[in-house]
Amino acid sequence: MNMERSPGDAQEEWLLDEPTVRPYVMTRGRTDARGRFDLVTIAVTIRSTTGAEVGLDPEHLTIARLCRRPLSVAEIAAHMDLPAGIVRVLLGDLLEKGYVAVQQPQPETDVLDERTFRAVLDGLRAL
Amino acid sequence: MASGHSDPPKLPKAIKLLIAGGFGVGKTTMVGAVSEIRPLRTEETLTDRSVGVDDLTGVETKNTTTVAMDFGRITIGDEFMLYLFGTPGQERFWFVWDELARGALGAVVLADTRRLADCFPSVDYFERRGTPFVVAVNCFDGTPQYELDEVKLALNLGSAVPVLLCDARRRESGKEVLITLIKHAYSRRPAAAKEASVR
Repeated sequence: MNMERSPGDAQEEWLLDEPTVRPYVMTRGRTDARGRFDLVTIAVTIRSTTGAEVGLDPEHLTIARLCRRPLSVAEIAAHMDLPAGIVRVLLGDLLEKGYVAVQQPQPETDVLDERTFRAVLDGLRAL
Repeated sequence: MASGHSDPPKLPKAIKLLIAGGFGVGKTTMVGAVSEIRPLRTEETLTDRSVGVDDLTGVETKNTTTVAMDFGRITIGDEFMLYLFGTPGQERFWFVWDELARGALGAVVLADTRRLADCFPSVDYFERRGTPFVVAVNCFDGTPQYELDEVKLALNLGSAVPVLLCDARRRESGKEVLITLIKHAYSRRPAAAKEASVR
């Protein structure tokens, strides 16, 4: 699939307001059932960008910069003032190109094992 | 589950909690009181499940709506990140968007005793969905004081649902609400049923 796009496309996606789900997002098994990133999917940059990469837009580079520390989709979207759906698409590009790693949230029934429970409780008490 | 990279870095696990309740009940205030960051706002496109019947109509007939949500974060060590999402306050019917609740470990339903009915939809929704929740009665200045049992009765809550008073502006109070929620969610987890009468 051709990933190239003209500068105008990003704007169009914004207007359509419909997150583009690309096939590779679904096939790599790194995403939830909807083939999208959750609002609390955590991303971190694992390969630094120089700004001269082919196929990366300024928004991609901004995400790569923001994610030097682990950050959720919701936070990336808020910091960039972009709808979460757009961030999902851009993050998908970065994941596919190997610039970021992501941690999907666990299913809700699996989240709270005893160790997590103790750690979260202690963490909250220490606030 | 999510592997594929040669050596994926150890990333913190995200835990999502919801803060629900009627408009102006103090959801964002509570998020701000406990969050380590200034509450942020994100726009999310959601699907309205009330439009069409899934099996009969295609995805293309569903309505999508963009809502804004305020959220905050509490980092716990380098292993966990707690995210608190205020449900969209301007939308009385936020619960038509299952996407919001999906994956949430639990919810706080904020209640104002002057407008108790405002939190009915949230209570109903979490009960039906099976999401563990607690009811926190936000004590505004000059709010008539009710016994917690009265609130419980008025909301027709099961005896297991914790109800507590809070002050959404105070961090300590918000902390207590979250601790109560985490304990409740833990007691409600599927494995807890097997351990039976331990607690």
